[in-house]
Amino acid sequence: MGDENDTTLPPGAGNGLIDRRTLLTGSVALGAAFCLPRTPMAQKPDPMQVPGSGFVTYGHPSVHEKRTIRYSSTNPMAPGNGISYTPLHRLEGTIVPNGLHFERHHNGVPNIDPASHRLTIHGKVKRPLAFSIDALLRYPMHSRQCFVECGGNSNAGWNDEPLQTATSNIHGMVANSEWTGVPVAILLDEVGVDPAATWAVAEGRDAFALAMSVPVAKLSDDAMIALYQNGERIRPENGYPMRLLLPGYEGVTQVKWLHRLQLADQPAMARNETSRYTELQADGTARQFTLEMEVKSLITSPSTGMVLDERGLYEVKGLAWSGRGRIVRVEVSADGGKSWAEAALDGPVQPKCFTRFRLPWHWQGQAAVLKSRATDETGEVQPERDVLIAKRGKHGYFHYNAVVSYAVDEDGFVSHVYT
Amino acid sequence: MCTPRRARAWMVGLLLTAVVQAQEGPPLGPGLGQPLDERTLLALDRTVFPDGTGLPQGSGDVSLGEALFAERCAHCHGEAGAGGTAPELAYAQMPLDSEWPDQTIGSYWPYATTVFDFVRRAMPMEAPGSLSDEQTYHLTAYLLHLNGLHERDAPLTRQVLITLRMPNRDGFRWVDVTKPPPEADRTTAP
Repeated sequence: MGDENDTTLPPGAGNGLIDRRTLLTGSVALGAAFCLPRTPMAQKPDPMQVPGSGFVTYGHPSVHEKRTIRYSSTNPMAPGNGISYTPLHRLEGTIVPNGLHFERHHNGVPNIDPASHRLTIHGKVKRPLAFSIDALLRYPMHSRQCFVECGGNSNAGWNDEPLQTATSNIHGMVANSEWTGVPVAILLDEVGVDPAATWAVAEGRDAFALAMSVPVAKLSDDAMIALYQNGERIRPENGYPMRLLLPGYEGVTQVKWLHRLQLADQPAMARNETSRYTELQADGTARQFTLEMEVKSLITSPSTGMVLDERGLYEVKGLAWSGRGRIVRVEVSADGGKSWAEAALDGPVQPKCFTRFRLPWHWQGQAAVLKSRATDETGEVQPERDVLIAKRGKHGYFHYNAVVSYAVDEDGFVSHVYT
Repeated sequence: MCTPRRARAWMVGLLLTAVVQAQEGPPLGPGLGQPLDERTLLALDRTVFPDGTGLPQGSGDVSLGEALFAERCAHCHGEAGAGGTAPELAYAQMPLDSEWPDQTIGSYWPYATTVFDFVRRAMPMEAPGSLSDEQTYHLTAYLLHLNGLHERDAPLTRQVLITLRMPNRDGFRWVDVTKPPPEADRTTAP
C-alpha cells in the first residue's frame, strides 16, 4: 500500500493515511502543503486604510460566513413540527455555538416570560414544591460539557440508498455545549422522594406539552435543571428558561421548557415513549426505553459534497461521542475498511461529550473510501451498517449509529456511500 | 468545574456541619421551593398513566367521536385516520414483522390510556388543549373503534380504557431499564 503514496511521511494505514504522531510532534511542516485560498479578495477598501465599524451590543458571525447556518425541515401543515440541523461540517472544535445547536420541536417554540414560569415537583413526594427562576438562580450550580442528540439522528442511514446531501443534514441532530444549572438531586432532596417513586414524568410548557418518563435514578445521578448554555441563558429554541439535561440520554427525554416533574411508581407510557422513540425490530418486537445514545463517530471533513481541489495533504477530521462514557479510540480508514489508523484525539476527552479526532491524509488523486470507527470506554465499538441492520432490522428509525463512509473519486469529489 | 459528585460532597459537608447545630439537617439547597395547595396540585395532575391515575371520570361515544374527528382531525390524519401529513392511526394491513410494517394505534401502541393522554395534551396541533375531557373520551372511543378494539354502541368509560388490553401490549422489550415481571404491571427503575 505504502509505495503508491509518494510521501516520506510515516504511514498510518493504507491509501495515504499518515501516522497521527506526525501531526502531534510537528516535525513536518504540513501547513505548507495545504491549499491556500485561490479566490482574490473582493474589491473593497483595504481595512488597514479605513477605520473599522463600531461596537455592537450582541455580536454576529462575519458577513462572509453566511453559509454556516442550520438547515431546517418542517411539516407544512404544522410548521413548528420539524427539525433543524447543526452544520457540523462547517464547525471546528467541540463546542457548538448556541445559535447553531440543532432544533427538534413538536409544535413550535413557546415564548415564556421567566417571571411567570415555575418548575413544580409533585406526585410521589413528601413536600410538593414550586421553584421560580429567581429561586433556582440562587441554588448551588455546576457546569459540564455534554452532547445532546436526538434519538432520530442519522435515521436516513436506514434508507436503502445513501442520501447525497451535506453530511450534517443527516447527522446534525446532535450538538455539544457547556451546560450550567442546578443538580436535580438537590431539588429531589428538598421535596423528599417517596421510596416507591421510580419514575418521573417530565413535561414541557410548549404547545405539545411534551411528556417523557425518566428514571428517578438518573435524576438523582447526573441530571441538571439547565439554565445556561455556553455561558449565556439558554435560548428559546433550546428550552428557555430551563430544560432538563440528562447527559448521554436521547434528546427527547431532556425536556425543554420544563415546568413539571411528576414522580410516580410507573412510566406514563406517553405517546413519545410508546408509538415514537421506540425501535421496531425485524421480528416485530420493539426496543423501548433505549435511553442512552450509543457510541458513534462522523468524519466532518472531507464529507459529502466537498471537493479536494488539489492533491496533497489534508486533515481527515470529525467528531466522536458516546452516551455511555468517554471515547477511548477513533480509527480512520481510507481504503474502505481494509486497514485502519488510529486518529489523534483533541483533549481533554470528557465523558458523554464530543471528542474531536484528526488524522493527516496524503491524497494523490487516488480513489478512496473514508470511514471512521469509534470505541468508548465500555468497550463498545461503532458497528458497520450491515452489522447494525443484521442486528436491528431496517424499521428501528431511531438510534442509528453505524460507521459512515464517503467515497472520494479521482477528481476529488466526495460522496456518501454504503460499503 | 464542579461535578455533581463534588457538588453533593460539598452539600453533604454543609449537612454534616448543620447536623451538629440542629436535630434535623437542613435540605441540601437553600430551601426556596414554594409549597403548593391541594387545588393547584389537582390542576397540575394531567398525566394519564396506564393504571388510570390521572384519568378523569367520563364516557366516550364512538359516533360523537367520529363527527369530532371529521371536523378537527381528518385534515391532517386523513379520512377516518387513514393517514395524511400526520401518521395513519388505524387500518394496519401489514404486520409488524413484515417488510413494510404498519405502526398504528391498534397494531403498535401498548396502552389505550396513551391515546387519551396524547389527544388531550397535544391535539389538534393548531389548538392544543382545546378539547374537553368529554370530547377526548369521544375521540378515544372512535380511534379505538377504528382499530377494531371497541364496539360502536358501547360507551368508553374510564374502566374500559384501563382494562382494555392492546394487541401489542407485550411487544416491547425494555433496554436501559429493567422491565417488571408480566404479572406486575408496575415498573421498577434500574
